[in-house]
Amino acid sequence: MTMVYADRGDDTAAEVPLRRIKFTVNGEKKIAEVEPRLLLAHLIRQGLRLTGTHTGCDTTNCGACTVLVDGQAVKSCTMLAVQADGREIQTVEGLATASELHPLQEGFKEEHGLQCGFCTPGMMMAAKALLDRNPDPTEEEVRWALSGNLCRCTGYQNIVKSVLWAAEKLRAQAD
Amino acid sequence: MSQAVDEIKIGGIGASRKRVEDNRFIRGKGNYTDDIVLPGMLHMEILRSPLAHARIKSIDATKAWDIPGVHLVLTGEMMATRNLAWMPTLSYDTQAVLATDKVRFQGQEVACVIADDPYIAKDACEAIVVDYEPLPVIVNPCQAVADGAPVIRDDKENQPDNVIYDWEVGDRDGTDRAFAAADLVSKLELHYPRSHPSPIECCGSIADFNRATSKLTVYMTTQAPHIIRAAVAMVAELPEHMIRIISPDIGGGFGNKVPVYPGYVCSILASILLERPVKWIEDKSGNLISTGFARDVYLKGEMALRRNGKILAVRMHTDADHGAFFSDAQPSKFKIGLMHSAFAAYDIPVAHLTARGTYSNKAPGGVAYRCSFRVTEAMFFQERMMQAAAADLGMDQAAFRRMNFVPDEAFPHRTPFGFLTDSGQYAKCLDVGLKAADYENFRRQQAEARSRGRLLGLGISTMTEPLGAGNSREYDILGIKMFDSAELKVHMTGKAIVRTGARGQGQGHETTWAQIVAHELGIPAEDVVVEEGDTDTAPFGMGTYASRSTPVAGAAVAMVSRKIRAKARKLAAHLLEVSEEDIEWELGRFYVRSAPDRGVTIQECAVAAYANMPDGMEPGLDATAYYDPPNLTWPFAVYIVTVEVDPETGVWDVLNMVAVDDCGVRINPMIVEGQIMGGLTEAYAMSNMQFITFDADGNCVGANYMDYLLPTAWETPGFELHSEVVTPCPHHPIGAKGIGECAAVGGPAAFVNAVLDAIKDTGVRNIDMPLLPDRVWEAVTYRRDVSGAPPVRSDD
Repeated sequence: MTMVYADRGDDTAAEVPLRRIKFTVNGEKKIAEVEPRLLLAHLIRQGLRLTGTHTGCDTTNCGACTVLVDGQAVKSCTMLAVQADGREIQTVEGLATASELHPLQEGFKEEHGLQCGFCTPGMMMAAKALLDRNPDPTEEEVRWALSGNLCRCTGYQNIVKSVLWAAEKLRAQAD
Repeated sequence: MSQAVDEIKIGGIGASRKRVEDNRFIRGKGNYTDDIVLPGMLHMEILRSPLAHARIKSIDATKAWDIPGVHLVLTGEMMATRNLAWMPTLSYDTQAVLATDKVRFQGQEVACVIADDPYIAKDACEAIVVDYEPLPVIVNPCQAVADGAPVIRDDKENQPDNVIYDWEVGDRDGTDRAFAAADLVSKLELHYPRSHPSPIECCGSIADFNRATSKLTVYMTTQAPHIIRAAVAMVAELPEHMIRIISPDIGGGFGNKVPVYPGYVCSILASILLERPVKWIEDKSGNLISTGFARDVYLKGEMALRRNGKILAVRMHTDADHGAFFSDAQPSKFKIGLMHSAFAAYDIPVAHLTARGTYSNKAPGGVAYRCSFRVTEAMFFQERMMQAAAADLGMDQAAFRRMNFVPDEAFPHRTPFGFLTDSGQYAKCLDVGLKAADYENFRRQQAEARSRGRLLGLGISTMTEPLGAGNSREYDILGIKMFDSAELKVHMTGKAIVRTGARGQGQGHETTWAQIVAHELGIPAEDVVVEEGDTDTAPFGMGTYASRSTPVAGAAVAMVSRKIRAKARKLAAHLLEVSEEDIEWELGRFYVRSAPDRGVTIQECAVAAYANMPDGMEPGLDATAYYDPPNLTWPFAVYIVTVEVDPETGVWDVLNMVAVDDCGVRINPMIVEGQIMGGLTEAYAMSNMQFITFDADGNCVGANYMDYLLPTAWETPGFELHSEVVTPCPHHPIGAKGIGECAAVGGPAAFVNAVLDAIKDTGVRNIDMPLLPDRVWEAVTYRRDVSGAPPVRSDD
């Protein structure tokens, strides 16, 4: 996050304030120097180069930028990066391990829960927050939990199926 | 001894093969335009007009230039010195790139800032001072043609008013005669409101001009990269071979990403001037307020009928509001797209359509939003008209449609507007739908519920849609004929790569094109990689929209596979040491007719093409096919919706939705069903909540997702899909028809018809979409039609 400005002989560039924050992303500890106005979504995308978190609407409506902050689903376009100081962030890139996919990822593929793929990371993170607190949701509970995330391709029916598929697999793994 | 392969096992046609592209998307490893970072890349933001119609008195960008990190501020004046202030549209009009004389819609591009990061660029946009002199505003066709209306396009010579075209098709005299002989004439007037395709990913581009090589590379969100290359060559006056358009992963298109937008052009010029990559990523408001909208057509028509229900003729008139610039993306011969596909499924002797297009102070567009060029409006009017006519006749909705369908044995059928429909089993689809909806039983329940004050309704809609433009005789865009292409290279080990001139945006081309190759050659689908979207490597094609990929590019994949098979046959004859005439083909294998055990696989032929070809044969195993379809494909569908309306609040709930789609042969049934469900959801959205309107000052109401409502998982109903009816397309190499848009085209009328059926006792004939609770409540309470045309209704 280093910025280089043209030196115009005045102090305008020197006045850009920076704040140092410490946070964890997908289990790795990080330090960043950020402008106080920087959005968390942009820290994740541009600062960390984790481009799986997409920005769709800038107004907290579409949910494409959903990540987990301390386990809670958060639309990262509506949180400042400085607010992430001291917190733990999980993005879509943290779902799979080196050897295997997360059941949500498998579920979305198995049940054709995605088409263009743009809303998918946000959908999966919102679904993860649901399944972490409710491992056995009804269809209605899944629909409600995902109602902050917009999809224009699928009509949601297969997304709901994908989440239920994952819930079942997670429960089987837990047994 | 080799054996024929099992088509489903190798992922051929008919296999619900899991999607290849999912592997990167579920990992967050897609590669969308905004994910791309180039060395030295700068960022561009656009300053937009807050007013819908105003003269620009001055633009002062001094303060913007002074902000550290700003590299360039572009204004219309600077664009004009390079002859780039205006650009041609896809409909032979011109469109402002950056405004010079005046702004003509709210959100129009006025200036651009290029800076080190997007935050600085946004700051600098705010520091630009524009002095506007407001002008009177026009927001609908009625105002546009009123006496004394301000002329919006005073930049154009020979444009004395706001009329863009007056156009007609069909048989005027014959239609007049049929109406004169009618027992009954049924009439309907409605407005299909302005909507926006609104993919979740907005538009954007990264222009990268390299002075050393003179090459311009542009990564951009486009559904039609080759058309863009041609357009850039014309607009920017660069040689075409020095332009490379790359369309990376696209986060949804739905027609929104077909046109050429000012942002693309500005990022290209900025990169040329600064000799650095320039990225422009639109924000959502910019996308909703300025890029390709759809619909916004006033339709009125009438139907001449025999008392027994036979339709004698149809007359239609459309008034389309095209916004400030006529930039519809559509075949050049047809001024109102394929509106004249209306009533194609019905056996109607004669029809006539007149169409007028006008300018207004609204964003330009008229894109084919999940449809084939205005077919959505055509089918919506058709099915609303059918409902009104059946009601006027006192006939059952299903019986009236059935008696007027084009019968199965009548194909090919010439429609009254001149299209040739090729195949279908319309009555059978209706039967399947009625059975699934338990039609007779529902009618009984409906009557019983009504006696207790509950309002249940059932709506039927059918549609047949001309999909897969060309043929090239009739269909072109800017003179470029609408064919498509595929290139297939089979490597030495029998693995292959396919490239086409299409560009998927979620339709699953990477999965299905490989299935077509598997079907034609017996090469397992997993051994075939698909690549699209790079004009330096893909063969020339017209891109993906209007459900044309499978009908045209998909056909090209089949045809190029057959070219490969023809050459492989020669190699097989060589390997088997027999003459070519003695060779037979079964999937994946050639064998000797007289000795079926003696055979070689397609993979063995591939090796031979590089390592053991006969003397005199050109080495290698690759080919390119350009496919010019003989006709459009005509899928058919029946959609049946049941609803309950709450008369106290005007809220309506979907009880059931049945979809019967006959799209011919289904390459990948799973993907086809995904496309249908997506389309049904957009149909529900149109009917229920999704519209963009304007107030009398031309302010766009619906320029963000808080005002422009899209359905979520919560309110979207479930759907019951039926695939029992399969009528292969007689002229498509694998019998497929388009499917991506059918449900969005045919679905809206089913929802509206259902609500109107529920309140039919009120005598209400029409409520314009979307059927918001307040509109339904007004209709029920005051027993009157409710039309919701912009400007926003005064009683809202």
